[in-house]
Amino acid sequence: MTQLERNEKLIQVVLAVIAFSAISFLAIITFFIFIEGTPVIIKYGIKNFLFGMDWFPSEKSFGILPMIIGSIEVTVGALIIGIPLGLACAVSLTEFSSKRIRQILKPVIELLAGIPSVVYGFIGVVILVPFIRNNLGGPGLSVLAASIVLGIMILPTIISISIDSLLAVPRNYREGSIAMGATQWQTTIMVMFPAAKSGIITSIILGMGRAIGETMAVIMIAGNAINIPNSILDPVRTLTSNIALEIGYSTGEHRQALFATGIVLFVIIMILNTVANVMSIKKRGRN
Amino acid sequence: MRRLIFVIFILALFITGCSQGVSHKEIIIAGSTSVEPFADKWAEVYMEKYPDIIVNVQGSGSSAGIQAAISGVADIGTCSRELKPEEKDLTEIIVAYDGLAIIVNSNNKTGDLTIEQIKQIFSGEIRNWQEFGGGNKVINVVTREEGSGTRGAFQELVMKKNRIFKGAIVQDSNGTVREIVATDPNAIGYISLGLLNDKVKALSLGGIPATNENITTKRYSLVRPFLFVTKNTPTGEVKNFIDFVLSQEGQGLIREAGLISVN
Repeated sequence: MTQLERNEKLIQVVLAVIAFSAISFLAIITFFIFIEGTPVIIKYGIKNFLFGMDWFPSEKSFGILPMIIGSIEVTVGALIIGIPLGLACAVSLTEFSSKRIRQILKPVIELLAGIPSVVYGFIGVVILVPFIRNNLGGPGLSVLAASIVLGIMILPTIISISIDSLLAVPRNYREGSIAMGATQWQTTIMVMFPAAKSGIITSIILGMGRAIGETMAVIMIAGNAINIPNSILDPVRTLTSNIALEIGYSTGEHRQALFATGIVLFVIIMILNTVANVMSIKKRGRN
Repeated sequence: MRRLIFVIFILALFITGCSQGVSHKEIIIAGSTSVEPFADKWAEVYMEKYPDIIVNVQGSGSSAGIQAAISGVADIGTCSRELKPEEKDLTEIIVAYDGLAIIVNSNNKTGDLTIEQIKQIFSGEIRNWQEFGGGNKVINVVTREEGSGTRGAFQELVMKKNRIFKGAIVQDSNGTVREIVATDPNAIGYISLGLLNDKVKALSLGGIPATNENITTKRYSLVRPFLFVTKNTPTGEVKNFIDFVLSQEGQGLIREAGLISVN
């Protein structure tokens, strides 16, 4: 081999080693979570674990249903707020604004994604929670507070990816529709959205993943009561909050049960990410 | 040539990063959020007296502190409740006594409750302030997380065999409980008496207010010890620090701050 070829080979090998070490971290974490968490699921039965209503570790009761429902409720609430606002913003920036405005605003929105979640939680506690308590009732620390803050947190994801998807639709789609006499709004609804559909759905699923995994902000504003909420003004605890609140001092089976909760979260996120990947492959495939 | 300099530069960074730095002895203290501000005070004064020692204080909850002491992560674990039977093989040193204050919002008309009534509120039996002459408002119960020493003391002294009810809001430090009670007119919670401030009101129990005098004379019954917990009998720097904490000077510091001293 020439010196050039040897250098090439060396770089290839180094990059491969680095890539594998990154994957191996992920593999080690996954392995560890499953090893730690599975014994408890086997001992108490997966039905009792997933559908048990009572989480009381000091009495060996490990049912996480209230937390599963809590996670689902705040995520759905976040999507109810995030999807309309996000899509409206994306459409407005691509279809109804000048390129200049989009070039200024899109980076600003992406900057929002960099705000640490504890800052969102702080603003939630100081402004949103008292507002809800004084005007809507309840303790303020509630499903509603968590949904609003999470909805805002997932906006940058939804907006940014949706804008990219809408911009990727071939120009002749829009031009053809306008040429046939459709208004700009009709074009957006009947042509642009369906064409960008898989990218938009991907953005929503990634936003969902972020909302489910969010811990710090939720602990600060959701109230953390181990109860299935009766209304959106009731406090709630999510799977992630449960782990973060208790892992510091848990021992023995309690700790394993928290790892088992981690397994549940892992499975949920894996499913969401796989669906997102399949959708984006479909999109690439079509183009 | 440039590449060689770059490599040497990177190596130099690594090596300096790996060194221990100036020889500082470090004492790591972790545990109860009730003890934390007082441990901070002791640490601050101790470090002024002995500048080559670093005392590092963290608050993560009593049970977490005990775990940290057992595993050796912390030199001293702090705890605001009695040790459980399975923890009794650790060395425990009482460094202060603290009252447990049941707090309500400063605007709350209720100023006095019996322990039985408090138990009924926290177990979810009584849910509305009108039972105590207040308006028709739902009581927002705030409690600590399970590993909290303050919660452990509350459970032992007030709840006894009853569970704190499921719908109670859970927060992970004295400070956040106090903030919630301070801003929510219908909230009730419990914190370390040493952390009381003028934004919240401490209830009197059956007519007995939560003052230092009442605690020392045992008339106010919600008292718990602050413990320093170590894996083995303390030696060296750790022992010096604990001696300071138990000395006249150390105890005087916390007496000023509102705790009851051991001597």
